Amino acid sequence: MAEGAEGAEGAEGAGRRLGRLLEAVLASPGEANAVFDILAAEDPEAVQEAVRACSRLFGALLRRGELFVGPLPPEDAVLAGSGGATRKYRVWMRHRYHSCCGRLRELLDHRAPVGVLALETLMKFVRLEGAHPLQRPKWEGAYLFPHRLFRSVVDGLLSPEEDRSLLLARFREHLEHDDVRFHTMRAVTDALARVAGGHPEVPLAFWNNAFTLVSSVSLPSQAGHTPRFYVEHTDTSDKWKVVHLKEHRKAFQLMWLTFLRHKLPLSVCKKVLVILHDTVLPHLAQPSLMLDFLTGACDSGGAISLLALNGLFILIHKHNLEYPDFYRKLYGLLDPSIFHVKYRARFFHLADLFLSSSHLPAYLVAAFAKRLSRLALTAPPEAQLLVLPFICNLLRRHPACRALVHRPDGPELDSDPYNPLEEDPAHSRALESSLWELQALQRHYHPEVSKAASVVSQALSTAEVHVAPLLELTAFEMFERDLEKKGPEQVPLEFLPAQGLLGRQDSLCAQLFTLS
Amino acid sequence: MGKARPAARARPGANPFEVKVNRKKFPVLGHRARHDVGQPGASRARALRKRTQTLLKEYKERDKANVFTDRRLGEHSHGMSAEEKMACRFALERQRQHERKSIYNLNEDEELTHYGQSLADLEKHHAVTDSDDDGDDRGTLSAELTAAHFGGGGLPHRKSEDGEKAKSRRELIEELIAKSKQEKRERQAQREDALELTEKLDQDWRAIQTLLSHRRPKVAGGATEKPQPDAYDVTVRELGFEMKAQPSERLKTKEELAAEEQDRLQKLEAERARRMLGTGEDEGTEKAKHVSADDLGDSFVLDRDDRRLLSYKVSFRQLSGDDGEGNSELGEGDSEESGDPDSHSDLDSDAESEQSSEPGGDKPRQAGRRGPPGEAHPSWRAAGTELPYTFAAPETREELSSLLAGRAAEEQLAVLERIQKCNHPSLATGNKAKLEKLFGFLLEHVGDLATSDPPDLGAIDKLVAPLYQLCQMFPNSSSHSMRFVLRDAMHEMEEMVESKGRATFPGLDVLIYLKLTGLLFPTSDFRHPVVTPALLCMSQLLTKCLVLSLQDAVKGLFVCSMFLDFVSLSQRLIPELLNFLLGILYIAAPDKQGQGHVLVHPFRARGKNSELLLVSDDEDMATWQRQALSLRWAAGALKGQSASEANHTRLSCLAACVALVKRCVTMYSTLPASHHVTGPLRDLLALHLSRSGYPLELQALCQSALAEMDSQKQSYRPMVCERTRPQPPKLFTPRLVRVLECGRKQGRTKEEQERRRLIHKHRREFKGAVREIRKDNQFLARMQLAETLERDAERKRRVKQLLGSLATQEGEWKALKRRRAVKK
Repeated sequence: MAEGAEGAEGAEGAGRRLGRLLEAVLASPGEANAVFDILAAEDPEAVQEAVRACSRLFGALLRRGELFVGPLPPEDAVLAGSGGATRKYRVWMRHRYHSCCGRLRELLDHRAPVGVLALETLMKFVRLEGAHPLQRPKWEGAYLFPHRLFRSVVDGLLSPEEDRSLLLARFREHLEHDDVRFHTMRAVTDALARVAGGHPEVPLAFWNNAFTLVSSVSLPSQAGHTPRFYVEHTDTSDKWKVVHLKEHRKAFQLMWLTFLRHKLPLSVCKKVLVILHDTVLPHLAQPSLMLDFLTGACDSGGAISLLALNGLFILIHKHNLEYPDFYRKLYGLLDPSIFHVKYRARFFHLADLFLSSSHLPAYLVAAFAKRLSRLALTAPPEAQLLVLPFICNLLRRHPACRALVHRPDGPELDSDPYNPLEEDPAHSRALESSLWELQALQRHYHPEVSKAASVVSQALSTAEVHVAPLLELTAFEMFERDLEKKGPEQVPLEFLPAQGLLGRQDSLCAQLFTLS
Repeated sequence: MGKARPAARARPGANPFEVKVNRKKFPVLGHRARHDVGQPGASRARALRKRTQTLLKEYKERDKANVFTDRRLGEHSHGMSAEEKMACRFALERQRQHERKSIYNLNEDEELTHYGQSLADLEKHHAVTDSDDDGDDRGTLSAELTAAHFGGGGLPHRKSEDGEKAKSRRELIEELIAKSKQEKRERQAQREDALELTEKLDQDWRAIQTLLSHRRPKVAGGATEKPQPDAYDVTVRELGFEMKAQPSERLKTKEELAAEEQDRLQKLEAERARRMLGTGEDEGTEKAKHVSADDLGDSFVLDRDDRRLLSYKVSFRQLSGDDGEGNSELGEGDSEESGDPDSHSDLDSDAESEQSSEPGGDKPRQAGRRGPPGEAHPSWRAAGTELPYTFAAPETREELSSLLAGRAAEEQLAVLERIQKCNHPSLATGNKAKLEKLFGFLLEHVGDLATSDPPDLGAIDKLVAPLYQLCQMFPNSSSHSMRFVLRDAMHEMEEMVESKGRATFPGLDVLIYLKLTGLLFPTSDFRHPVVTPALLCMSQLLTKCLVLSLQDAVKGLFVCSMFLDFVSLSQRLIPELLNFLLGILYIAAPDKQGQGHVLVHPFRARGKNSELLLVSDDEDMATWQRQALSLRWAAGALKGQSASEANHTRLSCLAACVALVKRCVTMYSTLPASHHVTGPLRDLLALHLSRSGYPLELQALCQSALAEMDSQKQSYRPMVCERTRPQPPKLFTPRLVRVLECGRKQGRTKEEQERRRLIHKHRREFKGAVREIRKDNQFLARMQLAETLERDAERKRRVKQLLGSLATQEGEWKALKRRRAVKK
């Protein structure tokens, strides 16, 4: 505790003093008590120096093998008992090593430089301990990994209190190594299982940290590459689990299933669904196990169910999943808000994909076309430029649905036979209706929309329109395009002279508003 | 074909033995045979002749430095005969002698010369020779001129040469004559008509004269007593007086003027409708020329359109005053006149707008017509006594603001008017740019006025007129500045959306800009460079901006009514507007939870703003009087309102919203899906109507809107595609590839081919030149040889002669000697 008094001396002085102590400890086991001084630093600058000193000290000790190997007896018993001085020293030093690791684990909670340094030091210990294991192998060539130490690191990363994205980003670099990845997956699985049991209310920060960690695990796409180990091994064996991609996949699947079993917050759930189809599903050993999560998400409504469709579709498409209500669900998702949500482009991309099959029944496609055109009556212009070609594409793909826009000898009706409230597309009677909404949109105020809607009044061409470039179209882009558009040579002008700001007497502005 | 050519090519009188035919083994299609027949003898002779004339001459003069030039007058002009030359020379000679100052001054004869020309007469001489050189075509009229003016008469040989041409010309002239005659006849007929009409008018006048003058009967009565001449005089004078009181040219009656105005408007309207449909995107048609109200109908057209339009003081004032209605308060009679649609001023200002496409052309007229400000605007003279009469066009916006700051609205208008007048584009070249900039500055100034607290809406209202006028003068630059302003507004909103994820309603200035767009440009066009972006901007306001306060609601309603005004003619569908109105109705409706109203983006079904416009205080409802919404509220004048005032404002908003709904319903009644378009609104309206305690006026409004909806009979006729002409089946025509040349020249790029061709040509020319030079050398060698031979022969002859003479001499001498010897 002499450190506290000398704190004012400044970091440099502390560093030099620590360096001296370190030399002394390393030089002779007799000076070992100085380790206490090293471990007891408080000031952040000094802490950094101390961490570095510890890293060098225990790194050297591990390499030299001066720590006790095997199941560790309690410190007091050994010190009191009659053993060799060397054994006592080693046991004592091993205890110091453990307390150092514990302190470093606490330091992970610190802010940026200290936390990162602590993480790096811990990972260095993991590597050295793996290379010079502190436990005796049960048999020759057994795989040894510092599970306890590593698990404590992972637990430290999955803090329930604060956001650890910086540390996680740092940790991500180590995930390229096969052994680190494998043990991370296992450790995360354990941690998640424990969390579910322990806390009733898990804070959002934990889920965010967990998601960041879980999503940063990425498996190699195919087996057969030479494994990269973080811990240096003199010889590798085929019997180790770490070597096999199959085991990795199992662990991966287990991790994700454990993660998704919990009731995740909505924001995390959205994030999961966004990456699910791309980074998770292809690596699972049994993708169909995701069905529970996906159907649950699909039923929850809103943007979540919209995002879940993608995963479901992959399961149906690639893994022979039977999901009879898929199109009904999709149909149910069509409400006026789809034109305003953030995932509009994604949704229409997917919908285009889902409805691209030419084997879909005509009633279904007709129901979709009718529903979309009904919705288009409330859509902003940029969405209309997307949805109108979309509807036309549907009609092109399914010639049976052309009756929606061309029914030459149909009787005049009193009301629209289409029932918008019906949830089942099969009973919506869309095929008996016509797309009058598109006719209305032909009188839309924006020229592009009006043109897009006018396409249906001519015989449709056979070539489909690519909707991909329209997916990301924003109103602002449309505005810019309109501004750039080359107009007539002479800008047409209003010929009735302006009479004041509110205009003529018969205008709405003049009727409803005053200037006073 | 190959055989026909030699016959065609060979000269008719050629000796068949001198013709050499290059026979081909077989004809090749597409080959041009250029050298199939030749006359070697003739061409050799030609070449020889040419060389003798040129090369030989040069050769012979190779060592001679002197040149003989013939400077005799007219020696080189081919057009003169020998006699003419002689005459000219003689005339010149006489002239020289004549110019001599004194016959006794003999020294004058010795003229100083340079290159054989008199220095003194150098100039004169030039002139003389010049006049001589082209004397033949300067003195007389040129042939073309003669032909054009006199039909080339008196040249019979020419006529025979191109009789066809002469004939057509004759026709032309006959036509011309006929036309002029016809015009003459027409004019005469018109004059006669006019005379007739005048007579008729006189007769009519006589008929009604009695009615007009009250004294007439008395005078007539008195005439019997008074002597005859007096009565006649009186009548004559009376007539003269009365006639003078009548306008010499009849003013058009109100009905006629209205009809004319209607015609003009119809024409403009047709143009507008064409643009609205967006059928012909190009603006090819020329606008109809303006016909003045005083057009005599005699088809008298001046080349330059510099007449002044007939105008009167009243309309005059209004013409520049529809720019500013500032004087309407000053002049008593103006208020009704400005509303009078039949006055000429509309005509004038529109004529101006029509022709403003050529800025330079009609501006002088305009400037002239306006006259100095003091003369035309007595009212302004009073208002602007302390105003200077000239203003420099402001270079920056600050300058403009400082010019306008602290002045009354009328003065501001006067200032702007004077700026325009002093910097009229016809006065100086840079003025156009200055005034174009003025529009932008004025626009920004309006924006400043709108954002100031409290907004100076009155001033903005007055500034609309100068803006309109400037816009009419410079449509393109004004549209550019308008678009710039709109782009700024959109940028701001976009940035806000990107940074915060949502936007709030912008300040009043953006709304004013949008409103101005609607006032300055035709809003019904299918596509318009300014209005279409403005529509999108409004759509964004209605979809992206959240309604967080009463002020936002007022702004939104203002945007809605602007939007509906924009499409009032074109009757176009605006989904965003319907969504917004739906949202407004929703946030004003009581106990709506759980009724399944479908709302779209800026509104939420529940949340803290879902009851923003709901009024639950019965007393406030009872005391509410319907009033128009004030634009000041949109600028933040709502802050200090009490609770009941706020409630009144809410009810006014609701009333405005229902009025807008009603307008929408009537406007979209013709749409095929109108029930679906306005359907959601109906439910909410019904909900409002069902509520008790609403003010009667509001209830009536809701009721009428609902009735309007219900009265629409919707018929659903199945859609049918337009019948298109069946596409003809595709015809498989062979693909034609142009073959330039067969052989190795094919299959290169155009540039490469051209290069090859040039190289080939160059090579051929080069070879030809070498051959020519070789032939020249041969020719020269031949000549030299001949010369040498001749010289040798000459020498031999001379030597022989010499020797002969010597031998003769010798012989004679010997003979003499012998004779002497014999003598001895």
